[in-house]
Parts: sequence; C-alpha cells; structure tokens
Amino acid sequence: MKLLPLVFANLRRHRLRTLLTTLGVALAMFLFASLRSVVTTLNAGAEVASAERMGVQNKMAIVFPLPMSYRERLAAVPGVVAVSWANWFGGQYGDGKVFFAQFAVDPESYLAMYPEVVVPPDQKEAFLHERTAALVGQGLMEVFGWKLGQDVTIRGTIFPGDWTFTIRAVYTPSVRAIDDRSFIFRYDYLDERTQHRVTPGWYALKLQDAALAPQVAHTIDAMFENSSAPTKTMTEKAFNQSFVTMWGNVQFLMNSIGMAVVFAILMVTANAMMMTARERTGEVAVLKTIGFTDRTLFGLVMAEAGLVTLTGAVLGLGGAKLLYAGTGFNGFGFLPGFDVTAGTVAVGLGITLLLAVASGAVPALRAYRLSIVQALRHVE
Amino acid sequence: MKIPLVYNLRSIAHRPVSTAMTALGLALVVAVFVAMLALAGGFRATLARTGSPDNVVVLRRGATSEMESGVPRESARLIAADPRIASGADARPLVSPEVFVVINIPRAVGEGVNNVVARGVNDEAFAVRNIHLVAGRKFASGRSEIILGKKIVPRFAHTAIGDTLRFANRDWIVVGHFAAAGSALESEIWGENEQFMPVFRGEVFQSVIFRLRDPAAFDEVKRALEGDQRLQVQAQRESAFYAGQSTVLTRILTFLAIMITSVMAVGAVFGAVNTMYAAVSSRTPEIAVLLTLGFAPRSVLASFLSESVAIALLGGVAGGLLALPINGIVTSTTNWNSFSEVAFAFRVTPGLLVGGVIFAVVMGLVGGFFPAWRAARLQVVQALR
Repeated sequence: MKLLPLVFANLRRHRLRTLLTTLGVALAMFLFASLRSVVTTLNAGAEVASAERMGVQNKMAIVFPLPMSYRERLAAVPGVVAVSWANWFGGQYGDGKVFFAQFAVDPESYLAMYPEVVVPPDQKEAFLHERTAALVGQGLMEVFGWKLGQDVTIRGTIFPGDWTFTIRAVYTPSVRAIDDRSFIFRYDYLDERTQHRVTPGWYALKLQDAALAPQVAHTIDAMFENSSAPTKTMTEKAFNQSFVTMWGNVQFLMNSIGMAVVFAILMVTANAMMMTARERTGEVAVLKTIGFTDRTLFGLVMAEAGLVTLTGAVLGLGGAKLLYAGTGFNGFGFLPGFDVTAGTVAVGLGITLLLAVASGAVPALRAYRLSIVQALRHVE
Repeated sequence: MKIPLVYNLRSIAHRPVSTAMTALGLALVVAVFVAMLALAGGFRATLARTGSPDNVVVLRRGATSEMESGVPRESARLIAADPRIASGADARPLVSPEVFVVINIPRAVGEGVNNVVARGVNDEAFAVRNIHLVAGRKFASGRSEIILGKKIVPRFAHTAIGDTLRFANRDWIVVGHFAAAGSALESEIWGENEQFMPVFRGEVFQSVIFRLRDPAAFDEVKRALEGDQRLQVQAQRESAFYAGQSTVLTRILTFLAIMITSVMAVGAVFGAVNTMYAAVSSRTPEIAVLLTLGFAPRSVLASFLSESVAIALLGGVAGGLLALPINGIVTSTTNWNSFSEVAFAFRVTPGLLVGGVIFAVVMGLVGGFFPAWRAARLQVVQALR
C-alpha cells in the first residue's frame, strides 16, 4: 500500500498517454456494455414472460387465423382457467413512417390476463364500455403527442379503410420489457366493421399451474390435429423467443463485435504498458539496486496496468448504465426496456481484469527478470 | 526538401512489436467496419436483385405487402388482358397471378421452425422472374408437387428431391430446386397457384406480377390499372417494391456499423497517438539532427505523418484481410414486410475494402497529426542538449 504514491507518480509521468489509454478502455467497455445489452434486452422479453400463460396459434403460421369456435373448446381443456383472443391489425398512422403494433383484443379477458398492463380504473371502465375506444401505451402517446379523449384515424392495410378510434385509456407497463408503444382496441369493433368475417389470430390461455403447460399443449394440439386449422400451443416464453430468433443470430453478431472491440483495446493498452516499461528500464534497475525486490517491481507494473484499466472500465460501464437509463434509450422502439444489467457490468469488470493481466503481464515479467548489470550498462 | 520515406519505414521496422500492436488495433476496427457493411450490403443486394425494373407488381389498393393483399380471380384476368404486357416464347402473356403465404417448416439443425414464403405461381412465372432449375424438374400441373429455392435446401429438413414436406394438411413432394440469381426468391417454396389457392386462403390471389413489353410504359400502365374502378389495385415496379422492403433493416445495420466503428475508431486512434508520441520522444535527437541538416519543419511534419499513415495502411490492409473470409457466408434474418425468413450472404466488395483502407488512413492521419506537429516544432538547441 505504501507504494501506491509511486504508482500514481509513474502514471503522472506521461499524463497524455495515461489519459488516452484510460479513455480507450472506457470507450471499449462502453461499447461492450451497449452490445451485450442489446442481447440481454432481447432475451429479457422472453424472461419476463409469465410461465402460466400460453399462446395458441395456427400451426401453419401465425398469419393464419383460428376459428372462433375454439374459444369454448379451449376453455374446457383441464388446467385452463382463462381464455383470451386477439388479432393483429396492420395499419398505418399519418405518413406511416413510424411503426407501432396494433392489436384487436377482447377487452375484459385481455386486461384480466395481463396484469402487467396497468390502466387507471376510470379509464379501464371507459375502455370496457365504448366500442370504438382505444387503449394506448404511454410511450406511443408521447411519440405522436396524443391526448386522452382524442380521435385517431388509422389506415388499415390488412383490413382496408379508415378506422377511427377514440383514445379512452392509457397504459403503463409494470415491467420495462413490455412494449409501451402498442395500440390496443376492441375485437368486437373489428368484428362488427368487417361484417363478422374476422376470426381470432391467436388465443392466449392462463393455466392453473405452470407445470401443466406441456400436458395442456399436447391435449390442445391433439384435439385440433385433424381439423381444418391445426394448432401450435406454446408457452409465452417460447412464443417470445421465437420472435427473438427471427432477427437472425443477433447474439453471435454482437458477441463477435464485442470480441473485436476487446481485442482492439487490448492492443492499445498492452502497447502503452510496454512502451512505458521500456522507457523505464534504467529506473527499474536503480530501484532494484536500492533494495526493491523483483516481486515488488512486478507488482508495481501490474498495479499500474490494473489502475488504468479499472478506471477506464468504471467510466465506460458506469457511463453506459447512466446514459441509457438517463435518456430512456429504447433502440427506436425496437428494444423496449433497454437496460445495462448488473450481469453485464460484472462480465465487463471480469474482462477488465483479464485485460489488466494480459496487458501488464509481459512488461511486469520483464521488470521481474531484469538483471541490474545488464540494464545499467545501457544507462547514459 | 523531402525526408525520404525509407527513413520512416526503417523506423517502423525498428520497433516491430509496438508497430504490430498499433496496426492490429486499427485492423480490428477496419475488420468490424467492413464486416458490418458487408452484412448490410448483402441484405440489400439480395432484395434489390429480387426485383426487376421491367416487372410490375399489382397488389390490392392500400396493401403494403403481398401478405396483406388480395386480388380476386376476375381482377387478375382483367389485368392479364392489358396489351402492354410482354409475350413469352409461346405468345402467351408473361403474367403470373400468385398466391402468397408464409408457412412454418422445421429447421435442418436444432429444434424449431421458421417462417418461409410459399408462393403459388403459374407456368409463366419462370420466365417473368428469370428462374432456373438447378436440380430436378418443375412441378406438374394439378399435382401436390413443389420446388424449393436453393437457399432453403441446406437450412431446412426434408428438402431433398423426392422428400415430402407436410403443410396445409397435405403432403407435398419436392421435385426440384431452383436458383434465382441470388435473390430473396431463393428463400421461397414454389408450387402451382391453383394447388395452393384452395388449401390456403381461398378463391383469391395475393398479387399479380407481369413483364412489361416496354419498361418505359410503366407510368401509363400504372395509370390505367389504378384508374380502373373495377380493380381497386395499386401497381409498383418490382424493383421499387423489393428495394422498399430492405430500407429499414439496411438503415439500422448501416447506422449500427457507423456508430460502433466510430467509437472503436476513437479508441484505436488513441493507440496510434500513444505510439507516435513515443516514437517522437524517443527520436528527439534524430529529429534535431534532421532540422540542423536543413530539413524544413514542414518536411518533418510530413515525414512523421507518413510514418503514422504507413502503420495505418498496414492495419487497413490487415483488417480487410481479416474480414475477407466472411465473404459469401450465408446468414438469415426476417423480412418483416412479409414476416418470412430471407437467407443472404455477406458481400465484401472491392469498394468496401477500399473504403476500409481509406478509413484506416484517416485514423492514421488523425492519430499522427499532433505527435508530428510536436516533432516539427522541436527546438534544435533544446533537443540536442
């Protein structure tokens, strides 16, 4: 510990070099945290899913609907305590440049099934009692500057025509991973305007017990196996995960870039440490002559490397955490709940430790092994 | 008077480890830069190649994709009668009314399924779309037969010729594999439209594609079709239709590439600055000698800048070489416009490689400037003392 002033004095010797190396590590760790957070945020959507909820979709693909008659039959399956249904409504607002999800849902069963979608009681009442009412996410309200009670017209692409809704309720998700930019309206309105030609796009089920999921899935899929619309039943988590994989191998892409970033910065720090050590050959010899042990000198170089990388890491990881939390960054709506997790910070610090060892090891060993006679011979 | 470049090159060679590390740091930035743009470029190229400016896609008015569209049989017949449609070898008009659906089929490796486009076409579609069979034969009319795009074959199960794929409650025999010049069509399953229509979405086509006799007549055709009150359709050039589907993802990828590489670049430039400052300070007496010999400070500046650029060039070339092996690697993502998987290959183009090297040189110039400036401003007396 009493040698710490010496380490600091050494770091101050080339202030610019120390500063640049530290900032380099900070930038690398900032990037690392950002890249890894993309992956953790995407996966978080699957993680927060309720284990008691399942989705039933058409086996052929989600774009094909299921008959309304399935509602009663699904409700009768042992273990199923609630059934809700919904439909995807492809529509555009204004110039259509801003994409947001629109769903037609069965209001009562939907709100009961998703307690994470928090709506003030009076607004909930309004949504339940007006056929053309819409329930809009807080985030989407802000994007378009909408007000409660306002009429909004959406141009249907799957269901052609102009659809006017009145915003009667605004929801705020209780978990960050749920999208707060969805536009939700009533299934019965969709049904009425399409002259009852629409059927549910998917069903959502609530189970008595999460452990029943495999059995329920099997029962349902077997029941409709030979019908005109065979089903695929899966847990909400699997359902969400299938969306994550649709982006392609994001995890691999992000990890590869992260590796490249870490290696690039390893080159920068290791180079800086080696240049520093080389310049101090004579000094190290002098220190050894006056009684510093080989081990102490090894420790001095390692401490210097550790201090630079650790400071950089704290700046980079902390900066990423604060920046994203402060700005509420959500990847332009693609990454709701973007967050630098504690796990990411821990992994980042782990990498920093490796970085310190890898960049400090060679110069530290050189200092350790340096023979006084050899080194002092070069001193002018 | 210029200081010979060989002075700098020898100086670089004199400290190989430091040079290599700086260059490698820059190389990794260039590699990520090239790789990410190759990803974006590959995706864009695949969709851009899918559409031809000579072809017209007709969808229901207001539909933004084939998935949302519906064109009744009667409308398709009216569209096909347009005299501006080109004729094929057998004098029949090159029109293909198509059924478009997205289905789930099992992946070849691992569990799970992916969304794939199943397109029902007629016999003219092969000529309209420039499709070539690479194995097997075309599906026979009236049979439960399908052909597969060649990018599907290695990625999914039961895709060999003679295998059976089950979807829409029917078994379909795979009778051929086709190529479509690397376009997104190679990620599709094709069958006869009259076979797909009843099992999927009933008596309606999703789109009508035709070849124009004269590509310049597009505006005229568009006006005629869109003005026809019986049809209620919209017409687009096929090239514009597919290019539109790639813009969002290409923009995201390009934005990511620029963001990530600029942050990386700053870190790598810091490395170059460190290296060059160390080079300048360890060679202070040398620089003083150069100045004493009569080299102008300007020459010293240029000399050290070129040393930095030389290291950066090394890094740029190495980065390009690092990124080169990913060229042609096939990956996939989802075309959110049709909700289906599109396979595409990374495309490392010569232009990208040159861009990477230029990027490296810029990093070298930025990183070398201040150290070179210090070298040029050196006071001879002080330095030689």
